[in-house]
Amino acid sequence: MHQKPLLNVNNLDLWLAKQQILDDISLSLTQGELVALLGPNGAGKSTLIRALAGEVRVPAQTVRFDGKDMNQWSRAALARHRAVMPQKVDLQFPMTVEEVVALGRPRENPTQRRRIIRALLARLDITHLETRLVPTLSGGEQQRVQLARVLAQVWDRPDPRLLLLDECTSALDPAHQQQVFQQLRQLASEGFGLLVAVHDLNLAAQYADRLVLMKAGKIFAEGPPASVLTEQHLREVYGLESRVELLPEGYPLVIPQRPRTGHPTDLGGQPLPWERLTGVEYRRIV
Amino acid sequence: MHTEDVRRLQAPIGYGALLALIAGAAVLAISSGAYPVTVADLARMITGNVANDSTAQFVLWEVRLPRLLLGLLTGAVLAVSGALLQGLFRNPLADPGLIGVSSGAALAAVAVIVLGGSGLAGWTALTGRWALPLAAFIGGTVTTLLAWRIAHRQGQTSVALLLLAGIAINAIAGAGTGLLTYHADDNALRSLTFWTMGSLAHAQWQDLWMAGPWMLVTLIIAPLLARPLDAFLLGEPVAGHLGYSTAWVKRGAILLVALGVGAAVAVTGLIGFVGLVVPHLLRQLFGAGHRLLLPACALGGGALLVIADCLARVIVAPAELPIGLVMALLGGPFFLALLMRNRFS
Repeated sequence: MHQKPLLNVNNLDLWLAKQQILDDISLSLTQGELVALLGPNGAGKSTLIRALAGEVRVPAQTVRFDGKDMNQWSRAALARHRAVMPQKVDLQFPMTVEEVVALGRPRENPTQRRRIIRALLARLDITHLETRLVPTLSGGEQQRVQLARVLAQVWDRPDPRLLLLDECTSALDPAHQQQVFQQLRQLASEGFGLLVAVHDLNLAAQYADRLVLMKAGKIFAEGPPASVLTEQHLREVYGLESRVELLPEGYPLVIPQRPRTGHPTDLGGQPLPWERLTGVEYRRIV
Repeated sequence: MHTEDVRRLQAPIGYGALLALIAGAAVLAISSGAYPVTVADLARMITGNVANDSTAQFVLWEVRLPRLLLGLLTGAVLAVSGALLQGLFRNPLADPGLIGVSSGAALAAVAVIVLGGSGLAGWTALTGRWALPLAAFIGGTVTTLLAWRIAHRQGQTSVALLLLAGIAINAIAGAGTGLLTYHADDNALRSLTFWTMGSLAHAQWQDLWMAGPWMLVTLIIAPLLARPLDAFLLGEPVAGHLGYSTAWVKRGAILLVALGVGAAVAVTGLIGFVGLVVPHLLRQLFGAGHRLLLPACALGGGALLVIADCLARVIVAPAELPIGLVMALLGGPFFLALLMRNRFS
């Protein structure tokens, strides 16, 4: 078992344009661990990933990577040990799949690079797209190409290796989502640490070692899937009514329910103002 | 169809073709014109086996050769600058004109043409023959740096803001140029009109000594930005994740374009379309990777401008058309045809 601490975040506050986006975030990630970052839109998942990716500068001593303050790492060393997949990458230029994946390894010698590219294309089931132009591919295919490019950056490198993935499967069909997450699991067992922002609660429950549930810039709950994904938590964080069942496979399954109160304009049993005026009763949406 | 597999041109074949094109264009440029110089004459002159024909000597060394070299350098710089900015802005339609370098140079040049005898008499007295090119160079680089300053906040340059600042500065400089044009007398009007259409007709060795070094610096340093610019095609954050200093890439690209294009515009006037058409066309052949694209643009841009210059000389011989006009006449329909073909295929 890998138990070395890879990433440590201590009381991270982050303000952007006079708005507090992250509020006292503390979390840690060990080697070989896959942690999923959950939360509603605007909870701060992407900002946290971007802060850990170096896009937003973090205060000194709040983020430690492999025991060393993140701000002390050199750009070149970080590029070898940390790879990042942004939520959205859009490419306006006629580059082929192979050319885009090669960008992850600009300084590698050509034969070695070919070998890495081939291995990754096969792993992500896009070998048949190798010489196609990326802008002409479907959203899901492009997402797998970007993931291959991200993995190429840290492939066959010495540890520590950290992957920060922001919704890397959002455009994929269910079969490919499973396939990609199986690959991520495999990477974790090879010693990678992975922090993965996802919206699909069940995908997170199925594959992650731990879940971190965020709400309004704070960490709301953290722990193994069964302890984080409860009906109570989902109601408080997402306003989502749901039924959560523990599957025999050992992880919880979230089944969202239709909202009980129906339409937001429904005022319960009170007559609406225009009903009082006209005397006509409208049907309530339940 | 777009979904077909893509095969790239092999680099040696592509470069070989471009070099052959340059060689052909050079022979054409040296030999065509009012005073005929045949290829045989050329060979004799190069081998030193010269009948003492001083006119041919003069035409070759003092007229055709500097013009050829200036054409090659200017075309190369404009095309490479176009490719640099398109990579930086992640937009295949970016052009050196976009960040204010052309409009700033034009404003300064027109100011010298119109006010050289009055308001700017001190400047013309001080700089003499260099009054116009020097002013254009300074105008071009200053406006570009201004656009850059505006887009630079809290240690970061916003590429989107740079584009918008460039548009605003272009509008302001355009208005200034318009005011001066309105103020100009007939003589000044004629020369400023010709300047804004661009020309290689007055190329001299002195122009090359003055503008050449800046242009060479741009051409030599630009390839160093090839790898980071490749990463920029996926966005500035991705370039950062891949370990490049995005701040230095932006600084470097903008400075190279300002210096190179500023120097080119200073001695040739405004020549459009090279920076747009050449990278676009060569990207189809070589792919978008800058390591092959930037040198190819230097070769292709040089060849294209020299060929356009030959046309400018022969279409209405013995008079000449401004080369900017020829470029627009050639480049406009060509670019449209390219767009239509991509749309309908």
